[in-house]
Amino acid sequence: MAADAGKLEFGAKAHVALNDPKLRANFRRAMDGLMAKRTIQFADEAEWTSLRARGAMVRANALARLPELLEQLEANCLKNGIQVHWAETTQEANAIVLGILEAAGAKTVIKGKSMVTEEMHLNAHLEKHGITPVESDLGEYIIQLAGEAPSHIVMPCIHKNKAEIAELFHDKIADQPYTENVDELTAAARKALRGAFAGADAGISGVNFAVAETGTLVLIENEGNGRLSTTLPPLHIAVTGIEKVLEKLDDVPPLLSLLPRSATGQPITTYVNMISSPRKDGEKDGPKAVHLVLLDNGRSRVHGDSELRDTLRCIRCAACMNHCPVYTRVGGHTYTFTYPGPIGKLLTPQIEGLDCAGDQPHASTLCRACADVCPVQIPIPDLLVRLRTEAVRPTSPDAVKGAGSSATTGETLGWKGWTLLYGSPLLYRIGTRMLGWFGNLMPSSAPMLKQWTSVRTKPKFAPKSLHELAREKGFCDE
Amino acid sequence: MNSPRERILSRLKASPRAAAPLRPDWIPPSYSPAERKAKFKAMLEASHADVHEVTAAGWPERLKSILADKGVGNVVYAPATRAGRQLAEAWAGGGPELLAYDRPLEELKEVLVSQADAGLTTARGGIAQTGSLVLWPTSDEPRLMSLLPPIHIALVEESSLTDSLAETIRVQGWAGGMPTNAVLVSGPSKTADIEQTLAYGVHGPKELIVLLIGSESP
Ligand code: SF4
Repeated sequence: MAADAGKLEFGAKAHVALNDPKLRANFRRAMDGLMAKRTIQFADEAEWTSLRARGAMVRANALARLPELLEQLEANCLKNGIQVHWAETTQEANAIVLGILEAAGAKTVIKGKSMVTEEMHLNAHLEKHGITPVESDLGEYIIQLAGEAPSHIVMPCIHKNKAEIAELFHDKIADQPYTENVDELTAAARKALRGAFAGADAGISGVNFAVAETGTLVLIENEGNGRLSTTLPPLHIAVTGIEKVLEKLDDVPPLLSLLPRSATGQPITTYVNMISSPRKDGEKDGPKAVHLVLLDNGRSRVHGDSELRDTLRCIRCAACMNHCPVYTRVGGHTYTFTYPGPIGKLLTPQIEGLDCAGDQPHASTLCRACADVCPVQIPIPDLLVRLRTEAVRPTSPDAVKGAGSSATTGETLGWKGWTLLYGSPLLYRIGTRMLGWFGNLMPSSAPMLKQWTSVRTKPKFAPKSLHELAREKGFCDE
Repeated sequence: MNSPRERILSRLKASPRAAAPLRPDWIPPSYSPAERKAKFKAMLEASHADVHEVTAAGWPERLKSILADKGVGNVVYAPATRAGRQLAEAWAGGGPELLAYDRPLEELKEVLVSQADAGLTTARGGIAQTGSLVLWPTSDEPRLMSLLPPIHIALVEESSLTDSLAETIRVQGWAGGMPTNAVLVSGPSKTADIEQTLAYGVHGPKELIVLLIGSESP
């Protein structure tokens, strides 16, 4: 049932999105801009080649040693005074965060941008328990006001144009006049959020890289909201997927050179915030307690497959979606789950299961644009094909969650028959003769043919096969 | 095997083992001393920062005139640092009001959040490749001075400039121990979340003024 719902959803939603001219225009403009800016950054082909080879291997290296590095990260964080928590599921992670907040008596929380907390649906969980989370990244703030989910992992409100945002601010922020002036809109958000920062009992953030060598959390951003969320409130909780760890500080520079340039075409983000401990004795500011929550949520299972493990190299730059001919037309909300675009259709089915997100690996033309721009060389199209295969013919029953869920008896039998027919010249000859005679009588609505003919004309069978024609012309048949 | 930690780690340890791949060579850019300074300035200016070349003795006076043009009424400063003392001495005869960050945040929050016009910090280094300042806050020079006021003024010595972050990490020995917080700053706070239109000062400072102290007097 879940499988069908998922299938209908992507197709049906894509159809709606494709027919929404405003959405198409908003995405087209944004994606063209991001692609052009990225191209300028990587104009030097030789530099790009050596930098991304280094980036890819830095990530692959960390994944090859993931359990040791996580233990080292934990030990160094603890030594620095950062408390470390482990969660197998998003429910566990939500409970941990809530527990920390309740123990501190926190009522309001200011949040820096974090896709992992979106994956957990943390805001809804906190609200249910009487805690108010306020998103402080401008894009996240906008979609929180609108009651929506992010449509892009770097630019969450990319689906909205300024007229829509002007309307929203006028509607939701007290005494805010309607204005489409971007400076004025930005100033309105700054004003509205200053008080929230100052009054927040805790700050919650994501993590871009966690350095095992020194127990350092690296967070990058442009607005300063990430620094404020992790400095001003008395308590800071950082939430990250277990794959984000790096072996050493030396691994940061190549990735830091790849990430912002791939994401937004900036040489570096305005701020690179490196946090290694809570406020020490004598220091005048900074949170008095810092917690790190390490979330698995299916990642250790992905890690268990040496091919699919490459999925976990991802540094969430969004270049793959900016360049995807599917994403750029249907937008992020069509994907239903938290991570859209090529990395989403690769990651989501592995986390949620092929039985409930099995349509996602099919939402690709396999044009390889994503693989060409991925700064850590994830072979996304090859892995999508692997997922498509796992859905119908699992390499092992638990290779991927929900493996084999799309296999149908009809299709399996069909392929068995095909193998039989092609394995025997006699059967093949009889088979093609029969198709020549009766094939054209088959209605387009015949089972299995139906899916093909819904978007294509039904193939027409020639009365005589190529073999027969060749024989008539005097070629000998061996 | 009962804690989530043990279950996650044991699954990861049971994953197929492959030798950790080597990191292929990658060489960050390097510059001559003249190029280094020019690149540092050009990158910062491209990110909307103002860079002024100053002298070790004369910067407080220079800063006073820069701030006078902007109508800045007060500056948060660190009274216990060398730069802080120099500033206080030079401005004793007049200039913007000096607000000392000499108490815990809890006692100074209101001033920092809504009254401060500018904040002055030193930088431990500068990075030419990306036009970045390396801030290394201490108990004498706390974290929020460079973040809450609408103008951030940073003092950086030309002799502390490096070519790349990789070089900074190496020459400053970061792997030996990181402070509570270290920050690279490459311009004023900005956003492009609304139709990719750049806007400055969304949550952090709207202006970044960099005072670059020359190796010799210019
Ligand atoms: S898969 Fe590659 S291109 Fe896509 S977000 Fe991840 S790192 Fe970026």
